[in-house]
Amino acid sequence: MSPEGLATLVPVPIITHFVTAVICIILWGRTSAQRWLSVVGTIVALMTSSVLLIGHASGDVITPVYVGGWAAPFGITLVVDLFSAIMLVLNGLVGLACVIYGFGNIDNRREQFGYHVLVQAMLGACAQAFVAGDLFNMYVAFEVMLISSFVLLTLGGTRGQLEGAIKYVALNLVSSTIFLIAVGLLYGMIGTLNIADMGERLTAAENPRAVSVIAVLFVVAYGIKAGTFPLFFWLPASYHTPPSAVSALFSGLLTKVGAYAMIRVFSAVFVADRAFTGEIMIWMAGATMLVGALAAAVQGEMRRALSFQLVSSIGYIVMGLGVALVAWDKADDPTLSGEASAALRAAGTLSIAGAVVYIAHHMIVKTNLFFFAGLVRRIFGHGEIARLGGLYKSHPMLALGFLLSALSLAGLPIFSGFWAKLALVRAGLEAGGYWIVGVALLTGIVTLYTMGRLWCEVFWKDAPEDASDRTKLSKVSAGAEPPPRTDGRWGAALMGGPAIAMTALTIYIGLAPAGLFGVAEKAGAQLADRSQYVSAVLPEAYLAELRADIVRVIAAREAENAGEIDGGSALADVPTDREVNE
Amino acid sequence: MSFLLACTIGILFATGTYMLLRRSFVKLIIGLGLIGHGANLLIITAAGINTEIVDETGAIVEIRGRPPLIAEGEDVLGAGAADPIPPALILTAIVISFAIVSYTIVLVKRTYQEVGTDDLNQMTATDLTLTDAPEEPSQAETGSTEVAA
Repeated sequence: MSPEGLATLVPVPIITHFVTAVICIILWGRTSAQRWLSVVGTIVALMTSSVLLIGHASGDVITPVYVGGWAAPFGITLVVDLFSAIMLVLNGLVGLACVIYGFGNIDNRREQFGYHVLVQAMLGACAQAFVAGDLFNMYVAFEVMLISSFVLLTLGGTRGQLEGAIKYVALNLVSSTIFLIAVGLLYGMIGTLNIADMGERLTAAENPRAVSVIAVLFVVAYGIKAGTFPLFFWLPASYHTPPSAVSALFSGLLTKVGAYAMIRVFSAVFVADRAFTGEIMIWMAGATMLVGALAAAVQGEMRRALSFQLVSSIGYIVMGLGVALVAWDKADDPTLSGEASAALRAAGTLSIAGAVVYIAHHMIVKTNLFFFAGLVRRIFGHGEIARLGGLYKSHPMLALGFLLSALSLAGLPIFSGFWAKLALVRAGLEAGGYWIVGVALLTGIVTLYTMGRLWCEVFWKDAPEDASDRTKLSKVSAGAEPPPRTDGRWGAALMGGPAIAMTALTIYIGLAPAGLFGVAEKAGAQLADRSQYVSAVLPEAYLAELRADIVRVIAAREAENAGEIDGGSALADVPTDREVNE
Repeated sequence: MSFLLACTIGILFATGTYMLLRRSFVKLIIGLGLIGHGANLLIITAAGINTEIVDETGAIVEIRGRPPLIAEGEDVLGAGAADPIPPALILTAIVISFAIVSYTIVLVKRTYQEVGTDDLNQMTATDLTLTDAPEEPSQAETGSTEVAA
């Protein structure tokens, strides 16, 4: 497909979702029309995203779109590279599955009060975050996504939902504020918001220490959104309270938007002092993995256990990024031989590719596990593990499906999780991050234990006699209302269908990982080589002038440094950048 | 001026954080609002405010932060004009935070109706593992009176 054709398609997923949301508002109260519209809109978005992915994977191009014709860095820029395209497709895929699942899971009252509008607005905002080419646009996308998710979370207004929402709302607003502060400070320092432009200008930043502080602000802001240790507490407090379709959508999408933003910003903007942020991320990742998996082992509610497991998985993604940053930073060391440096660089690229594969695997599997939890809730009316059981006998297919997804999450071979972890572990070993690899493997074992325990408790053991008696539930799950059982056989089919499709997908990726891996490796290479992104987004004349300016600034500063013998140490670690000289 | 603004921002962040750490959910909203204002002021300060740059003798060598208005008959902003982007950012942020604060106020009201308290310590139903969940709801209520007393 021609570059112009691809550029025309870039805004389509965003626009489709938002237009669908608006038409759904116009059709307020007519739920069956909204249902059809919602499915059609999501399918259109998924198909355009797929075309974008195919176009970018075959051509290895990066497509910028200048909104309103204002060239970067002045206007709003949308950029699709391979990583964005992958995320867009996953957005559409998870969105479509959840929309269909919701038909069997969401009750009429919620549908009448704008469920479809909110889902579409959230999907549109996520798509916008994935293609945003400047940080402020990304901030706005985050806010739109947050406000839709706030309302989705509280829609229905049960006690559990409201209590969960308070924690979710409070901590996410703190995160947004930190994000805004970081963007503001960065703008004050370099006077631009465009991601490509920022990366270039930061190579000549006057005060690298201040840049590192801002980088840490970004780690905290995105860390809260992504749900990393010690910032994840809003997640398990809220994700098990809304209907399962909403839980599944949140678990598949929201935290991954945070992870996406983290990878984007730290691969394209903060190019100096990468080892510093990389080390922080690796520590965060290790703690996230282990704490999430261990906490999941002691939970008494099915979806709450899955929420902690979700936190644990985020650790792997952050680990991929952290290892890559440290490896790239080490590779820049001039004392290294050319071969060693190239090997480190390759390890970093593999690590980021592994993170991309992990995101894809995780979005599919985790959404699916929440689908199964919803099906269990449909049968028993609650999700309290102690009062569940016997499903292996009564619903063998359900038990099998959950088991397959659970094993995939634990990273057993022939499932998608195995390949994702293999890439991350191999990259970690090649880059010399031995202890984090150890933690990752240990977490795999703990995950196997927690998921095995969940399966044995929910599906294998005999059901207690009063399993469906809601009056005997503890306070934890008493706040959650029972799922609707009105739609009968059709409802079960609408919920089971997406679950079967997602299970098939994780097995397919497990058996034929080459396709996903090929695309992810290309995406990793694009992320590793920032100059591709920069020269695709910024107009040539502007870029040449900017680079000349940067060289001049650095030269002037070095001259000044040479003049001052003892006062110049603070400026000594300004990166004498190899990209500038290229 | 920058110094004054920096102090104001610091006070806003400090009081905002203090309010965030209170147990009352209403105070939490006030805290978020204060921090939001602090963030907006921070953006405008970080991006550069109206300042006069003086040399050693005290003479003004440069003025930054004039109103960003294009003089008649010209096509571009004159020297020393303020950057119009930070106000645009802040305007967007204010509109967003307005919507979000409205939402949270409704959320507080609904939660108060449902739970009967705005004390965050009492809203633990979604945060307990089964082992430390009280068996009967009456225990939670006795617990709440103790806290209140």
